[in-house]
Amino acid sequence: MRYLPLTEADRGFMLARVGASSVDELFTDVPEAARLAGPVEGLPCHASELAVERQLSMLARRNTVAGEVPFFLGCGAYRHHVPASVDHLIQRGEFLTSYTPYQPEIAQGTLQALFEFQTQVARLYGCEVANASLYDGSTACWEAISMARRITRRKKVVLSAGLHPHYVEVARTMARFNGEKLETALPELTPGAPGDDGAALLDVIDSETSCVVVQYPNILGHVFDLGELAARAQSKGALLIAVVTEPVALGALRSPGEMGADIVVGEGQGLGVGLQFGGPYVGLFATREKYVRQMPGRLAGETVDAEGKRGFVLTLSTREQHIRREKATSNICTNSGLCALAFTIHLSLLGEAGLRKLAALNHARAVQTAERLARVPGVKLLNGPFFNEFTVRLPKDARLVVRAMAERGVLGGVSLGRLYPRADGLARGLVVTASETTTPEDVEALGTALEEALA
Amino acid sequence: MPRYFTREHEWIEVDGSTGTVGITDYAQAQLGDIVFVEAPPAGTRVDQSKEAAVVESVKAASDVYAPASGEVTEANAALEAEPALANSAPETDGWFFRLTLSDPSELEKLMDEDAYKSFCASL
Amino acid sequence: MSMNTQGRISRPHPDNDAPDGAPATFTGNRALMLEEPLIFERDGEGVTGVDFDELPEVTSCLGGLERRRPIGLPGLTEPEAVRHYTRLSRQNYGIDLGLFPLGSCTMKHNPRLNERMARLPGFADVHPLQPIDTVQGALALIDLVGHWLVTLTGMHAVAMSPKAGAHGELCGLLAIRAALEARGDARSVVLVPESAHGTNPATAAFCGYAVESIPATQGGRVDLGALKARLGPDVAAVMITNPNTCGLFEPDMIAIGEAVHTAGGLVYCDGANFNAIVGRVRPGDLGVDAMHINLHKTFSTPHGGGGPGSGPVVFSEALAPFAPLPFVEKQGERFVLVEEETAAQAGHGGAFGRMTAFHGQMGMFTRAAAYMLSHGADGLRQVAEDAVLSANYVLRSLEDVLEAPFAGSGPCMHEALFSDAGFAEGFSTLDVAKGLIDEGFHPMTMYFPLVVHGAMLIEPTETESKAALDQFVGALRSVAERAKTGDSALKAAPVYAPRRRLDETLAARKPVLTYREPSLPAAAE
Repeated sequence: MRYLPLTEADRGFMLARVGASSVDELFTDVPEAARLAGPVEGLPCHASELAVERQLSMLARRNTVAGEVPFFLGCGAYRHHVPASVDHLIQRGEFLTSYTPYQPEIAQGTLQALFEFQTQVARLYGCEVANASLYDGSTACWEAISMARRITRRKKVVLSAGLHPHYVEVARTMARFNGEKLETALPELTPGAPGDDGAALLDVIDSETSCVVVQYPNILGHVFDLGELAARAQSKGALLIAVVTEPVALGALRSPGEMGADIVVGEGQGLGVGLQFGGPYVGLFATREKYVRQMPGRLAGETVDAEGKRGFVLTLSTREQHIRREKATSNICTNSGLCALAFTIHLSLLGEAGLRKLAALNHARAVQTAERLARVPGVKLLNGPFFNEFTVRLPKDARLVVRAMAERGVLGGVSLGRLYPRADGLARGLVVTASETTTPEDVEALGTALEEALA
Repeated sequence: MPRYFTREHEWIEVDGSTGTVGITDYAQAQLGDIVFVEAPPAGTRVDQSKEAAVVESVKAASDVYAPASGEVTEANAALEAEPALANSAPETDGWFFRLTLSDPSELEKLMDEDAYKSFCASL
Repeated sequence: MSMNTQGRISRPHPDNDAPDGAPATFTGNRALMLEEPLIFERDGEGVTGVDFDELPEVTSCLGGLERRRPIGLPGLTEPEAVRHYTRLSRQNYGIDLGLFPLGSCTMKHNPRLNERMARLPGFADVHPLQPIDTVQGALALIDLVGHWLVTLTGMHAVAMSPKAGAHGELCGLLAIRAALEARGDARSVVLVPESAHGTNPATAAFCGYAVESIPATQGGRVDLGALKARLGPDVAAVMITNPNTCGLFEPDMIAIGEAVHTAGGLVYCDGANFNAIVGRVRPGDLGVDAMHINLHKTFSTPHGGGGPGSGPVVFSEALAPFAPLPFVEKQGERFVLVEEETAAQAGHGGAFGRMTAFHGQMGMFTRAAAYMLSHGADGLRQVAEDAVLSANYVLRSLEDVLEAPFAGSGPCMHEALFSDAGFAEGFSTLDVAKGLIDEGFHPMTMYFPLVVHGAMLIEPTETESKAALDQFVGALRSVAERAKTGDSALKAAPVYAPRRRLDETLAARKPVLTYREPSLPAAAE
């Protein structure tokens, strides 16, 4: 077996040192009824690298690869071009095979990269501090809600109708066991401002409200100013949580922190990480400095070593579960280290100049795509302002249209029926996303496929 | 002014119906470098022997229990800015919070300084 | 106050003289040990390492929300980026460099085939919301990994979506709570033995349970008598780590399961230490109702400097109906994704909800699949045997210099536990750990489990050669002798690492968590 270095001679020598005549003697604590006499039944035996590669490649070939077809999906996972050097660097063994940096003397590489990551995230989000990442956007969103409860000691949570429905479901699951009272609504396909419920949110914020959660841009691609909502929430002693599922958007749009959000969380996958059929991704989390001790997750902080040299350590770790046990701020003890590294490398390569160009290009491609689709008979563009994602209303159920376009080799968007299976009023909605990877030929292919699917 | 001690290493100094609470020198030595103290804000109701504050050292967080019941009137703002005070002056400037005692008879359950000293010596 | 003094020493030793009085260099570098500034300290303004297609002329639709102020993100060209991150990487220890004996963390070799498979465009470049017919291979892969996990554990069903071990624990406990609620049985207490993982009580509390501790016996096992005495109609579940954090198998596991089930409760098993028994014991045969499996431990997906992990949860027949959404199901020759829309029709109305957007850590599933197929059922059995043999070899090679509190009670499983008994006055486990760094090893797990004073928990794993084990044993014997004889130079260790001991007190008292330009005042609140 190519991964197991011990030889039979080694095993014999080691058994002698241990004083056992066979390896079975090392498993005598296992109750006899549970000891297996041989390999687990029902599974194949070991295989060569080539054989494994063949088997898995066969499965991989049964999927439609996003990069090989005109591709317009988003809704929480975004396809961007990731520079070749990102993947090369994260595969360096000292990053790939290192552990959580609890031994800072031999983990300065990870720690400095995380400190740089935290700084980038804080600046991108317009906040003072950021953590070293969480699992993904949806769990980061729940952690923000949970943190708002610790700060305000209130339980009423107002979720905007524009929040990603999976994020709502995660919050619903957790609240069911944790006692938060969630107020939610379905988004409406309002022309000019789909999913915008800002006015309704202003009305329901009261002195019982712990937090208001809005997504920016929202699940239907709409963008809106958060200023008034932030001011209203804060005037009632509540917090405004802004969720950003597409980090590239903040290369073009004002940041939620700048508009007054107290906690900004989101999905960082769009930079560096790739689609990967849903994971692993990287949750971003930023807030005000005064809330730092209520913040979940790991934090890299600056300090000095015994020679006075600058160095970094994981800090404020008493907030973590393994110290305070049942009084932890969260039960999460893993961040998304390697994805955070990919994010920070990609963002360092872009820099401010590159991020702004990338965002501008995304927006331009989306505008071109929207213009093309608006020319399809029966299709109505719903968005006023948007970034790289927008919603159109079709003359029939969008699920059927998406399937028909897929049969024509075009991945044409996300049907709202997929995201809101029980909401008949949304069934004709289609969310379309473009990016720098979209070509004019892709846009034309989408337009044609949609015309044919609707014909 | 009389000062009382708990088996959990808190002290309380009583002046009329007002008590000042902190942790003992023995406690701070056991905890090591204290990095943060979360004292209850004014207006908080605390109960004797129940959690009232949290003290964090680098690698551990510990609960601080109220030596007596009452309503908190003041948390030590200096500690927030300078948590090291809880190490350097635990029984003076490093006090945690003040409270108005709701039941002074509770103090009878606590130790005086001599009793506490022999208690620590026995640990 | 409740005093937790298990925390380790946090400040550098005052003796901070350079080890050999070597001359300083102009750069601060020491040959291959290269200092590297922060990206924010370079002149990276306006720099970018990415070129783009020409921007087409369009009318902007940003609704007046255009960003106006600078963000403050420096850029690096590709050569600069490659050098920056390569230099940073060289300040890290990794499995690729040497033995990584971190107990309970299973730092085994990460096969590179796994990485290649995860990067196949058919897995890596697929969107989670693509039409189901365009992702049949991806769903088949999730189903394949699930099948292996269910078969290896002898359980009934699996939830693949949890993002890491602690998330898996949460998933297991939520399923338990949902199952109890479904039968109208409101139980409020979860029992956690002292020998369990530290995440267990946090998870139980997070799910709204009161947590009670069950003591360990002198032999480092769950006290069955104490456990039975505490069981009752208020106990929802017992969370057991098996093999436990003392590196020992719980021999009473079947009896524990029977007692808990008789009392109407459920058994959660923390599967973090599954590497010790994979292929030799099926937890399903031990009476377990739910168990998470850390793919980044037993199934070799990389730790990546702290994640991403992956924590699928296997369930008994009793808990299977309450597993979370979404999951993959095979209907005829076609795989489908059971989501909110279809759960009730598919007979999964009891599902407790969704734990994350999308379907879980696909990139980790592909790696784990490559690992499972490579080893096969026979290879995985060999994994457990070699892991346990290696740990026992380390235990017996060190027990004459380090106190091994449970060595007398028989063999250990995949990790060997030692205490700090016999160290010279003023010398601690931390000093031994830092001494190991100078010897070129990552330290073992320290001060855990809490039931042993100054604990050192060593898990060599099965991917170390005998030569590597012997070198590690030799190094640890040497460092242990220094701690026992009171060699003051050990207090200054490490001296050969990129940094000496770091001041964690300073970091925690005055947190500096983001870079601020020296010319700018701290951001005002």
